[in-house]
Amino acid sequence: MENVKKEKKDRVLSIRNLNISFKTAYGVVKAIRGVRLDLFRGETVAIVGESGSGKSVTVKTILGILDSNGLIDDGSIIFNYTDENGEKHSVDLVQMPQKEIRYQFCGKRIAMVFQDPMTSLDPTMTVGKQIMQPMIYHLNLTKKEAKVRAIELLDEVGIDQPEKRFKQYPHELSGGMRQRVVIAIALSCNPEILICDEPTTALDVTIQAKILELIKSIQKKNNISVIYITHDLGVVAKVADYVAVMYAGRIIEKGNINEIFYDPKHPYTWGLLSSMPDTDTKSKRLFTIPGSPPNLLEKVKGDAFAIRNPYALNIDFREEPPMYDVGGQHRVASWLCDPRAPKVEMPVDLKDRIEKMKKEAAVYE
Amino acid sequence: MSEIKQPLLRVENLKQHFRVSRNFTTKAVDGISFEIYEGETYGLVGESGSGKSTTGRSIIRLYDPTAGKIIFDGVDISGKLSKDAEKHLRTNMQMIFQDPMACLNPRKKVKEIIAQGLLIHNKFETKEELNDKVNRILDKVGLSAEQATRFPHQFSGGQRQRIGIARALVMNPKLVIADECISALDVSIQAQVVNLMRDIQDELGTTYLFIAHDLSMVKYISDRIGVMHLGHIVETGTTDEIFQNPIHPYTKALLSAIPHPNPVVEKAKIALNYDKEKEGVDYVGAVQHKITDTHYVLATEEDFKKWHK
Repeated sequence: MENVKKEKKDRVLSIRNLNISFKTAYGVVKAIRGVRLDLFRGETVAIVGESGSGKSVTVKTILGILDSNGLIDDGSIIFNYTDENGEKHSVDLVQMPQKEIRYQFCGKRIAMVFQDPMTSLDPTMTVGKQIMQPMIYHLNLTKKEAKVRAIELLDEVGIDQPEKRFKQYPHELSGGMRQRVVIAIALSCNPEILICDEPTTALDVTIQAKILELIKSIQKKNNISVIYITHDLGVVAKVADYVAVMYAGRIIEKGNINEIFYDPKHPYTWGLLSSMPDTDTKSKRLFTIPGSPPNLLEKVKGDAFAIRNPYALNIDFREEPPMYDVGGQHRVASWLCDPRAPKVEMPVDLKDRIEKMKKEAAVYE
Repeated sequence: MSEIKQPLLRVENLKQHFRVSRNFTTKAVDGISFEIYEGETYGLVGESGSGKSTTGRSIIRLYDPTAGKIIFDGVDISGKLSKDAEKHLRTNMQMIFQDPMACLNPRKKVKEIIAQGLLIHNKFETKEELNDKVNRILDKVGLSAEQATRFPHQFSGGQRQRIGIARALVMNPKLVIADECISALDVSIQAQVVNLMRDIQDELGTTYLFIAHDLSMVKYISDRIGVMHLGHIVETGTTDEIFQNPIHPYTKALLSAIPHPNPVVEKAKIALNYDKEKEGVDYVGAVQHKITDTHYVLATEEDFKKWHK
């Protein structure tokens, strides 16, 4: 890890002050409020949050597949890439027309793996044809070349008998196999960024572990950057280098994986970590975060999490907290990190659990 | 009277086969036996296609079992149901489904959805009593009486699942079959629903058959666990026995795949692989081997010797 840090890291994607709203029949929904996020080459960022926190909207904007009632109010998404001739380019995806993003980048330089492999594959086309398609379109390969490459890819994602599978239809494959095919399609054009939107929620634990290990090994081999979207913190722990926790359209805490898991600072992150049953949990009740996420139709006053937050300060209801730098790469948007704030410790149960986790972790280090 | 605790539900050699074509029959559940005692939670885990949901559905007679015996509360509910047995089954056993949107009638108000069971089985004397029962159950699952006049689409996922639970509990059932009832929900909402189910169990002594593939939740809620694979229960025991001392390689593989929220450990770990064909494990010729009074594992003689050292 130390060696990597010394080299200047290659920034692939940098999102700055992104604001997105949706026009709906009930009014304007402020779905994304000032998101700032960086993605470096070869690294994995996980975006964590409840449904409706805006994690999917963020990545949809990157791919240029934002719904038609969505509007980017402000901000920039700078994408740095090297083209075939070795020239470096830097473009702002916000300024580009969505159609242009889809022609130039979607599937080629930025690829996505969706949640449900059955709905993201075309049931009327053979698996092979679907893998060939992006290569014929983006890389101008001939059918023959594409076929050779497709069979290679199937082999690479761990599907046995690739020649036979090439001719099969999606319904003939199991859920795990289908997700492998989707990953093969995503990898077909050697993308710089792979976006995985809950890639394993539709799968079983055993297959989930295999798919995550596959993505990880491919990432290492091809040196690509991966963005994970998930609400499963176990998955995050397995794959991510860097974590961003989203709540009500804002990133409320981000940092590298160890900072978030071993030293969380935001009460919402405390809540998320505590509500997950540890396999050693003995206590009778699971911790829950009271209430439900705010309605973003109304303007958020103060901290959006304040009403559900047992540690909320007076100021939380009046003003939105800024991002505090708490050392390292760790940033927290909570008034609790202000030097003037009273010192609040994380819940005892969570603290015990983290202590235990650290002890377990020490064995591996 | 005998001191031995009588099981509330006894499943003996249950088989559920589906005939796909003349030459091919899917053996979704192929001869499983287990018992559930009153007031406990029995967790059934396994990968998709292992037959755990089919088991639940056969027990509550959404399917007609191919063979085997199901004895619920002293009444045989396998085979052809007599009128009394059917009434006994339908009033005392309820189910909570996976997808809270798909299992609620979108055209009915919440109040009507919950009251439906009571109406069908005439479990009330006056209209006031009916309303009272519905309101009390709504209160128990954390919904207000005012919300009862709304339609399902006006609720969030977690609230809808609460309605599903309320509908099951209003009949005051002895056994509730919860089929993946939390897997469609967010982590923080999952915790809310599981806590609710536990509270209700403490209060009413309800028995649960909890079907899921999320082992960490199953560990948390269950007293005993059965691990299913390809239509067989390969291992069964108390939660501690399964987690501390797994014998069957499939159980081990399943346990190793659970993601822990501990990044350093998680990154170093590689999940075990289990391939029935490659390891040459035979389920059909295997018998249940006893480890302790409550812990059994399905294995042939040689396999058992190999695994259990």
